[in-house]
Amino acid sequence: MPIEIPKDKWPGSIKKVTLGATSAEGGTRAKSVTVGGETTLPYLHFEAPTPNKPVIAIEIKSHRPDDWSPLLGEVWGDAMNDPAQWAKKAEEAGADIIVLALTLADSPEDAVRIVKSVLAATGLPLIVWGPGQAEKDNDLLVPIAEATKGEKLMLGICEDKNYRTIVATAMANGHVIQARTPMDVNLAKQLNILITDMGLPADRIMMDPTTGALGYGIEYGYSVMERLRLAALQGDSMTQLPMIVTPGFEAWKAKESKVGDGVPEAWGDWKFRAIHWETLTAVALVESGADIIVLRHPESVKRVKETIEELIAV
Amino acid sequence: MALSGIQIYKLLPQTNCKECGFPTCLAFAMKLAAKQVELGSCPYVSDASKKQLAESAAPPIRLITLKAGSEVKAGNEVVMFRHEKTFYNKPGLFVRVKASDPELAAKVAKADAYKVNYVGMDFTIDGFAVEADGGDFVRAVKAVRDTTKRPLILIADDAPLLDSALSLLAGESALIYAAESSSYEPLADLAKKHKSALVLKADSFDAFADLTQKVQAKGVEDMVLDLGGKNLGEWLTRSTQARRLAIKANQRAVGYPTIFFAGQNGPEKEAVYAAQAIAKYAGFVVLDTFTPELAYALLVLRENIYTDPQKPIQVQPGIYEINSPNADSPVLVTTNFSITYFSVANEVEGSGLPAWLVVTDAEGMSVLTAWAAGKFDAERIAKAIKGFDVASKVNKKRIVLPGHVAVLSGELEEELAGWEIRVGPREAVDIPAFMKQALN
Ligand code: B12
Ligand code: SF4
Repeated sequence: MPIEIPKDKWPGSIKKVTLGATSAEGGTRAKSVTVGGETTLPYLHFEAPTPNKPVIAIEIKSHRPDDWSPLLGEVWGDAMNDPAQWAKKAEEAGADIIVLALTLADSPEDAVRIVKSVLAATGLPLIVWGPGQAEKDNDLLVPIAEATKGEKLMLGICEDKNYRTIVATAMANGHVIQARTPMDVNLAKQLNILITDMGLPADRIMMDPTTGALGYGIEYGYSVMERLRLAALQGDSMTQLPMIVTPGFEAWKAKESKVGDGVPEAWGDWKFRAIHWETLTAVALVESGADIIVLRHPESVKRVKETIEELIAV
Repeated sequence: MALSGIQIYKLLPQTNCKECGFPTCLAFAMKLAAKQVELGSCPYVSDASKKQLAESAAPPIRLITLKAGSEVKAGNEVVMFRHEKTFYNKPGLFVRVKASDPELAAKVAKADAYKVNYVGMDFTIDGFAVEADGGDFVRAVKAVRDTTKRPLILIADDAPLLDSALSLLAGESALIYAAESSSYEPLADLAKKHKSALVLKADSFDAFADLTQKVQAKGVEDMVLDLGGKNLGEWLTRSTQARRLAIKANQRAVGYPTIFFAGQNGPEKEAVYAAQAIAKYAGFVVLDTFTPELAYALLVLRENIYTDPQKPIQVQPGIYEINSPNADSPVLVTTNFSITYFSVANEVEGSGLPAWLVVTDAEGMSVLTAWAAGKFDAERIAKAIKGFDVASKVNKKRIVLPGHVAVLSGELEEELAGWEIRVGPREAVDIPAFMKQALN
């Protein structure tokens, strides 16, 4: 008897979001990157093609971080002392986008200077994260947004406590917003509603559903992403945004990646373990619908990129 | 497909005799639909109804159990996404060895002895796959069986050879790999003879449906499907389709667990291949590489994906003694989310320093989640300190809070008059240094 394969037909689809503007588009990027546009669940090509493949961003910091794993120090070396150098190396390592994370120690002038130096060093689109304290985020991100008008940066990380000022400056200066909520479908919707109510078009927002590392809550992020994607496909417009996730940040916080000494023997080789930790965290999120994956180690970047290539190859 | 209460009711005697312990047949039917009672409680169900009810109660994906000194189960899944209910039977992780490999016994011994603890649970590899590759297969199987008690998968296409090897595994349920439509008969006979499960290979679902029927006709019920797929994308598609056919289309003919070979495109890709198989519906995952770091990562991923979303893994609230504390040892406070508790307990234990660890009832949430949800506040902490009578255990009335909830210290000072409130580091890794420097 012939077997008919059940296919889903969805009323909804994911919006496309473009980061970075070329000179023709009013910016200075060598090329822009578009994500989103999905009309079915991830990589089910028998239902629909993947219109834009997920991309990798590499996270760098405005100052050499003192709390990163020595394994990351080994691969990035002296480049970590200079964000422009670091960004260049990240591009060589295969990044499609650079994430520049600012710190509490940055002054607005320094921050603007550093952002400009990174833009000059690489032609990739740029995401800029504030240090994560509402007031300081505003102090840094507003002058950056103004100084880079038209570049179509993504500004983050917008949460319910700090979104107003960042969204306003993104609107005024043609940037995109990274909207983060703590692993909850309704909170994600609500923040998207607040942001679009201010007048920012939905195709300038990406959702950051918050990610836990392998072993540290990944299952929550994984399921919330699946639920967000299903809601979007079912037609809920306030969940129809592409998703950005931060497995690099989360995985390298985990002891499994961070430290080599004083851990159980059953954890095995430190370096391979750390790479597995970051890669598997990322791959699980790729499977659940991530569009931008922010990583830290070049080897993980390579592996996750290969994974995506295989998943989109028909 | 599972029947509704009303559909079940129609199959019952409808006499409301109450012998089942329920006031009406309908009430009993509702309980049956919810799987809270057994059909056997009603003495009057007709044989025809029994048959129908049994069929409807059969799981959409057949449960396959491989057995030797330990057991591995696959199948019995009921949803596409874990948030819809939960995933039940964790895919068995098997390590493949080749019969010709002179290191075979040593490799098996190493993987067999592997044990890793994750938040209080011990995880191991589930079994081994032995592949006939020109070496002495029967001797290899014997060597493996002498080394491990775990279930085996036997990979060979020569039926007499498999027969001899399976004869070594009397009383076990092994898995035979693999029958194709051109050659299934001798292998199906073997599966029946040795009470083994049989892997089937085919290149379409039509062909699978055809083959499972034929194998069933030979008297074999326990089957596993090798869906093939040359890369991640193909496997994802096939695996998703198989799961949908079983669960959504109720296609019993393909309602069997699947097996996936993670090493097929080289060791570089093995971790990712296995990870996708774990997340996306595999019943058995075969690795070619065994390293502790790979096994650990995959075992944790598997645990995470198969955790019941309704119940966070938690530990019992209480006061825990680490490294035999005495009246001068410090008191640390944390929540009862398993991951949180073990992150902290492992660090304290590793420091070699004694301490009391007060685990508050935060409904199984992490420090910040519980704090944000109002389940880890000054009041609750104070209640725990008083409830567990911490004061009677120590000389110095001092507690250490997680750094992430430093904001609670003021309020807590009010709640716990006479206690000194200290704020510890944010991350557990920094606890040993903190205990050495700041807590003397
Ligand atoms: C997984 C998760 C969840 C899961 C719950 C998991 C669980 N069982 O707890 C879910 C999805 C259910 C959830 C829900 C919510 N969450 Co939540 N969640 C997370 C997430 C991603 C990881 C938390 C985690 O498991 N960490 C790992 C554990 C081990 O960390 P930990 O408990 O803090 O322990 C560490 C340290 O604190 C330290 N430590 C622990 N004890 C002690 C003791 C001492 C003495 C010392 C010194 C140190 C120490 O050691 C550990 C290892 O370093 C975080 C964000 C993140 N990536 O951290 C958000 C986060 C905690 N959640 C947050 C929020 C707001 C919520 C919600 C209120 C929102 C909502 N969705 O409605 C709800 C609340 C729950 C409810 N109302 O039911 C916020 C909290 C914001 C804040 N700063 O207050 C966070 C930080 C996300 C964010 N950035 O906004 N969440
Ligand atoms: S015992 Fe059977 S017939 Fe009697 S009430 Fe219960 S279900 Fe109905």
